[in-house]
Amino acid sequence: MNDKKEVLLKIRDLRIEANTDVNRWDEIVHGVDITLHKGEVLGLIGESGAGKSTIGLAAMGFTRDGCRISGGTVEFDGMELSNMPKPQLRKLRGARIAYVAQSAAASFNPSHRIIDQHTESPLQHSLGTRLENEADAKELYRKLQLPNPDEIGFRYPHQVSGGQLQRAMTAMAMACRPDLIIFDEPTTALDVTTQIEVLAAIRNIVEQFDTAAIYITHDLAVVAQMADTIKVLLKGNEVEEADTQTMLDSPKDDYTKSLWSVREFKREQKPAPAASDTPVVSVKNIDASYDGQINILHDVSFDLHRGRTVAVVGESGSGKSTTARVITGLLPPSAGTIEFNGEPLPPRHTDRSKEQLRNVQMIYQMADTALNPKQTIGEIIGRPAEFYEGLSGSQLRRRVNELLDMIELEPDTYYRRLPSELSGGQKQRIGIARALAAKPEFIICDEVTSALDQLVAEGILRLLDRLQSELDLAYMFITHDLATVRSIADHVVVMQYGRVVEQGPKDEMFRPPHDPYTDLLLSSVPEMDPDWLTKLLESRGEDGLKAAGN
Amino acid sequence: MTTFSLSLLAALLVISVLAYLYRRNSMFVPSAVILAITAIVTLYSGESGAIVVARLIGIVIGSSVAAYFFRALLIVLLRGEAKKALQTAPLTAAFGMLVILLYSIAALFAPQIAPYGESEIVGSSYALADDKMILGGDQLGRDMFSRLIYGARNTVGLSIATTCLAFLMGTSLGLFAAIRGGWVDQLLGRMVDTVMAIPSLIFALLLLSIFGTSTLSLILVIAFIYTPLIFRLTRSVAGNIVVMDYIEAARLRGESTWYLMRKEILPNALAPLIAEFGLRFCFVFLLVAGLSFLGLGIQPPTADWGSMVRENATLISYGEYIPLIPAAAIALLTVSVNFVVDWMLYRSSGLKV
Amino acid sequence: MNDLVAIVVKRLGFGLVTLLAVSIIIFGAVELLPGDLAQAVLGQGATEETVRELRAQLGLDRSPPERYLAWLGGVFQGDFGQSLASKKDVASLIGPRFSNTLFLALYAAAIAVPLAMFLGIAAALYRNSWFDRATNVGTLTAISSPEFFVGYILILFLAIKNPWFPALSNVTPDMAFTERLNRLFLPAMTMVLVVTAHMMRMTRAAIINLLASPYIEMARLKGVPQYKVIVKHALPNAWAPIINVVALNLAYLITGVVLVEVVFVYPGIGQLLVDSVTKRDFPVVQACCLIFAATYILLNLAADVGAIVSNPRLRHRK
Repeated sequence: MNDKKEVLLKIRDLRIEANTDVNRWDEIVHGVDITLHKGEVLGLIGESGAGKSTIGLAAMGFTRDGCRISGGTVEFDGMELSNMPKPQLRKLRGARIAYVAQSAAASFNPSHRIIDQHTESPLQHSLGTRLENEADAKELYRKLQLPNPDEIGFRYPHQVSGGQLQRAMTAMAMACRPDLIIFDEPTTALDVTTQIEVLAAIRNIVEQFDTAAIYITHDLAVVAQMADTIKVLLKGNEVEEADTQTMLDSPKDDYTKSLWSVREFKREQKPAPAASDTPVVSVKNIDASYDGQINILHDVSFDLHRGRTVAVVGESGSGKSTTARVITGLLPPSAGTIEFNGEPLPPRHTDRSKEQLRNVQMIYQMADTALNPKQTIGEIIGRPAEFYEGLSGSQLRRRVNELLDMIELEPDTYYRRLPSELSGGQKQRIGIARALAAKPEFIICDEVTSALDQLVAEGILRLLDRLQSELDLAYMFITHDLATVRSIADHVVVMQYGRVVEQGPKDEMFRPPHDPYTDLLLSSVPEMDPDWLTKLLESRGEDGLKAAGN
Repeated sequence: MTTFSLSLLAALLVISVLAYLYRRNSMFVPSAVILAITAIVTLYSGESGAIVVARLIGIVIGSSVAAYFFRALLIVLLRGEAKKALQTAPLTAAFGMLVILLYSIAALFAPQIAPYGESEIVGSSYALADDKMILGGDQLGRDMFSRLIYGARNTVGLSIATTCLAFLMGTSLGLFAAIRGGWVDQLLGRMVDTVMAIPSLIFALLLLSIFGTSTLSLILVIAFIYTPLIFRLTRSVAGNIVVMDYIEAARLRGESTWYLMRKEILPNALAPLIAEFGLRFCFVFLLVAGLSFLGLGIQPPTADWGSMVRENATLISYGEYIPLIPAAAIALLTVSVNFVVDWMLYRSSGLKV
Repeated sequence: MNDLVAIVVKRLGFGLVTLLAVSIIIFGAVELLPGDLAQAVLGQGATEETVRELRAQLGLDRSPPERYLAWLGGVFQGDFGQSLASKKDVASLIGPRFSNTLFLALYAAAIAVPLAMFLGIAAALYRNSWFDRATNVGTLTAISSPEFFVGYILILFLAIKNPWFPALSNVTPDMAFTERLNRLFLPAMTMVLVVTAHMMRMTRAAIINLLASPYIEMARLKGVPQYKVIVKHALPNAWAPIINVVALNLAYLITGVVLVEVVFVYPGIGQLLVDSVTKRDFPVVQACCLIFAATYILLNLAADVGAIVSNPRLRHRK
């Protein structure tokens, strides 16, 4: 269908090298081709390290410090960019090719008003007067549904919220009505409910001005909403490319299939525990605050039972991680108690007994920061066993081997390794083994899968599920990802602004009617269906979008 | 103009032109600059100026060659990570390591290397350099060369002892404050801020005027003055580590402060602390040398580079280089340590700077 | 704007508290003398009677807090007490020397600050070029050299071998300005060399740090030319780090002056301090230390206030 349209960007055999050590250059992009027609949106998708951003910038003839284009051609509208002199490149950038960065907060200059940064590019490229451009900026702000479009541009970046700033940056990219915009993960840093408005705004304006775009992301569901064509990248290599529908329906390559197949794991909800059953952990009417003045948590209560998983869901700032800090004793509550098997736990972890500490374990989101990089796997996993049970020598070694077997890692291979020698999924498994080493009854899993690629995340969920049935563990799953909730939870707690908005068994929670916030949250999670966003916006109407924004 | 200065200028000119023709900018610009400087110096002070310039060029080339071979030797001798790191090490770092090695040898084997005793009077005062005393005599007729060798032992040894003491105190307090947080951290931070509000040389002078200038009080006073700086650094490095989840995991396990300091934080803070040790050593060393130069540091008859400069300073007015030699010995060591540290920091910064 | 004023006032208050704490340290340090001040000054051989007499004269019969308050009260009125060695008023000893030192420091700063800024920004813009590498080696060498080494080299080559400048910087109060500049050229150059190296390296690091910000990349990707990126996007955010660098190095200059004054026999406060330390003339030592520390604290304070005022996030409140 695109064959009739004119080709805008033609990249052939693009190779990019990075300076990895003194006088040493390693290739990080290995011969990638891109053909983009006018008005077309290409989705670039891949895991971290796939070279997505590097390729996106190369499409503007730009490489970051320490990188260089070492081969291939980048042809934009008939002009070769890879060897174009800087002054000529400058005339294209901003004017005909624009860029939208991941973090709007960092990409706006803190010293200038938003609108002055907006008009900088058109004024630089001699497109109209300042007044004309300011009027146009306000028009764009209106189109992007920013609140107070006539006034918002005259604020400084730090005076505007993240989602609004991201839309303001999209407006800035539009200032010269470029032919091509590179969107570099523009919604990754945002919450799901904010993400919707930015996605809608971007799609709207790109369609309206018939702008071509390269949309870079790691989120399949997001790219499905935005792109006409999808290209999958892996470690600087192209895996495959097809139009969105074909790509979703029938991916060819095994790697792509593995990405697509992820969301299959789903565990049935276990029967509710008997009413007489004492919960392992019971959170009772907790209030908490960091400064003793502003309450972060308000009257939070829920129970966790043996062999069951409670998922605590909410966006950033909802108080779900604070609740975990209260349970572990890092933040003593200002009111309420935590009970363990019916006995109240001392509020501070320093006042808890070794036995109490042993029974509450935690698995962290970022395996990179959760494992001491200077300790071997054997030391990391062995320490709790040594500390709580006093194991040493061959007994300790046997226990560590047993734990490594449990998490499906070969003991002799991994015992002496350092965390840096493991992959992300393996590190997360070590985190699980460390928690198990204490032989706890209860484990808090804090966003354990959100930093992992989807296939790996699935493996972790399956492992946790198996361990739960084997060891009869109680889990508290903190997450913002509803797919994870669907797959593993028995009971769901939805939090917003430090309050429990709604809670109940999983099967009930995913069936309407919902609390309005639960509804908003549930419906905002992107789905793989390319028409999902369109349908959602239709169902919400104008008001729905605005409600989501504020 | 003499033939010597003319041939020097001609050689430089040839190098510049060749570099220009072969488009070697990194060769052309420096050689052209040197050419210009040589021309100006020669015009002003004739033959003698040209000789000075030629000597300087010779020294630079000589040390580069020495550094090159030293690096090659180390690469042959070493294995693993160190070998890989050295292969990309700049010549300046290799030069630094070579100098540090030579100084260590001089300090360790001073009695074997030095031809005369530390305070042995060999000839007349300010005796000229001859076969007996290769650098001549000092104001009392002691052998300058022997005193230089012994000075390596005294000045450097004292500075290392002081730096170690300061690190021991600063690091443990810094780690302790980072782990404990709260009021302990606040209080230590405030105390350190106050001590650091007094410039170190001034504070040293004040304290030395009170406690006297024995070696022990010198070490204690300077270590006391530098402890806050090391506290600050350790506190900020450890501050980035204590927020890590593995520290939280260890805390929740119920580990003691001592375990956290030793096993969880220190191994991760070691790399920046080692680089900092090099830098702080330089500052301590310069402070000790400065105090000795002022007559308030290491006391005679102990050989010490700072006091050697002071004792022989009058020779400067006769156009003699001699008093500059101990000063150069100080500068050479600090430059070398800085070169090595600079390279270490460059490596650990991931080539960002 | 009120937030900003509040933060600045708080910082100034904190500076004042620090200054008081430092005055207590300086005063209290002398109290740590083995025996007491009178004993220390007169030495072991002194008779009981003379010691008692001096004790009375110095007011040692009063309690330390009382004496501290009296001393501090005097300092606020410009009365630093009496020199033990010369029996002169300390303030009259310090006065002319302080202005001499200030003159030398300002002379050096006037050359060093613009030079270091220029070199530092150039090295940051052309980083990893031959210029950057050469200045890196050069500045490292300058930082590593003791001030007296640099000073004597300058004397040897610019005063003795080539008699272009005077080797000793003896000045008189009635000396003409240009003559003063000439006399002080070598000490000023010594300080310029050392301070410029420090300042240049810090400026370079600050600018490189700044140029790595995403908003600089954004400006480049908007097609903004290099000079505008620097002037419009980097510079407004560079003030805080630059003010910081300048203030820190001026503070460094103030202490570096001690060694330089001794090398060039310049009648400044640094030399007075060294002489008084040798003579154990404690009132003068205390006064000099307090002046050095106060200048140092004020400069650091200026750096902090400058950084606060130039922070756009604080200037334009939410």
